[in-house]
Amino acid sequence: MSIMEYNGGSVVAMAGKDCVAIASDLRLGNQALTIATNFEKVFPVTERIMLGMAGLATDVLTLRDRFRFRVNMYTIKEEREIEPETFAHLVSSTLYERRFGPYFIEPVIAGLGKGTNKPFIASTDVIGCINFAKDFVVAGTATDKLFGVAESLWEPDLEPEDLFETISQTLMNAVDRDAFSGWGAVVHIITPEKVITRHLKARMD
Amino acid sequence: MNAIASRFRASPYHEQGVEQDQNAQDSVLWGSQGGFGNLRAGAPPEFVVPNVPSPTAFLQLHTDDHADPNCRIKIAHGTTTLAFRFRGGIIVAVDSRATAGSYIASGTVKKVIEINKFLLGTMAGGAADCQYWETYLGIQCRLHELRNRERISVAAASKYLSNLVYSYKGMGLSMGTMICGWDKTGPALFYVDSDGTRLKGDVFSVGSGSTFAYGVLDQGYHWELSDEDAQELGRRSIYAAGHRDAFSGNTINLYHVRETGWEFIGNYDVTKMHYDGPGNIPGAPVGGYGYDARVSTV
Repeated sequence: MSIMEYNGGSVVAMAGKDCVAIASDLRLGNQALTIATNFEKVFPVTERIMLGMAGLATDVLTLRDRFRFRVNMYTIKEEREIEPETFAHLVSSTLYERRFGPYFIEPVIAGLGKGTNKPFIASTDVIGCINFAKDFVVAGTATDKLFGVAESLWEPDLEPEDLFETISQTLMNAVDRDAFSGWGAVVHIITPEKVITRHLKARMD
Repeated sequence: MNAIASRFRASPYHEQGVEQDQNAQDSVLWGSQGGFGNLRAGAPPEFVVPNVPSPTAFLQLHTDDHADPNCRIKIAHGTTTLAFRFRGGIIVAVDSRATAGSYIASGTVKKVIEINKFLLGTMAGGAADCQYWETYLGIQCRLHELRNRERISVAAASKYLSNLVYSYKGMGLSMGTMICGWDKTGPALFYVDSDGTRLKGDVFSVGSGSTFAYGVLDQGYHWELSDEDAQELGRRSIYAAGHRDAFSGNTINLYHVRETGWEFIGNYDVTKMHYDGPGNIPGAPVGGYGYDARVSTV
């Protein structure tokens, strides 16, 4: 039994033209048993940054609170909002603090740069090795399936609505081939003006 | 034709004749008897066994996935199957998901094996084991019919299967099956598994999602159920398992065994059952089976 597959769940983020999208499934399981179908794994960090976490559910909640604390401290001390790239490094160093007893979490970060609106997406492994990607990043029990679908559906410079369609199809088709992910999905599209959040009607088995 | 007929004759005198029949040997090699060319008269087919001092220990080492998850012979464990006896016959309902680890390899598996017009077998555990041995059981049932001018009883058919799998005990066969049919005694239902267990009963469910199915099944089961209500109970029980169990789902296959033989009732998508239900069918509710569909907060 792998601890990374104990609760199940998957997250994906994609970059578009002056926009980014991040999405997760809604399953919380206890191995094969589905406990809940309303467990969101993506959380707002600032108005234009979101953090998704796949892995052990207890660590998802712990780290959500921990990151909120650290981002608040950063905002107060610096008297400005944190930039996506800076937040990625904050995530990385927070995870590396537990190098020899890690949180069982693979985070996915999506955001827009201040002023420039430059799309930013990144992911790290459980001990904080950052992967800066230009196209898409994935995490969770459906990682390999997500890579397969995303690799064939994603294209550069997608507008917000097209990016929504691409990330939704990617997530839904990937989790339908994964026993531990699915049971509903939620998608967030971050644009310079606003964050659009949509719940998808997905397979419930 | 004579070569095929004599193949099934009990007398060893005729068996010698078959050995010399070059054509018969060729057809076995080419698999022209549907892969059952290795059948011998009055005995189960021959298999090549690993050439080691203890084939049983060797097979256990490579088949048992509890000891070693990376073992070479993979057995599909995710499944939900159920069958129950009631006034109107037997309801058989199964899911259609096949998993290899966490990967959903297929969502359109036929887990009900139609042995003949009056007998159904369900598939849980090793798909190949169930398919092969229940097809083989079908051959033996037909031969019984020809020899005795009478259909085989469900009790006899299931015992034939359980004795057969017992003779391979320890060799890594994996099957949990329900043999369902209608014979002289009426509707009959037997649970047979590869440990050699054979149980007669009214309600059975087998597989990783069986506990979920039992929950719904036990709650709604009654001997005097109408045909429509019984079919609905089978459908609803498999849905429950498909929803809660990660290794079950995709679609439901529903069968009804009556005095006239079995009938295929239908194939139902689990997600469609969740949101919309089976539609305008007698015995079925108006809306979907899902919690949100039933307890609308809008």
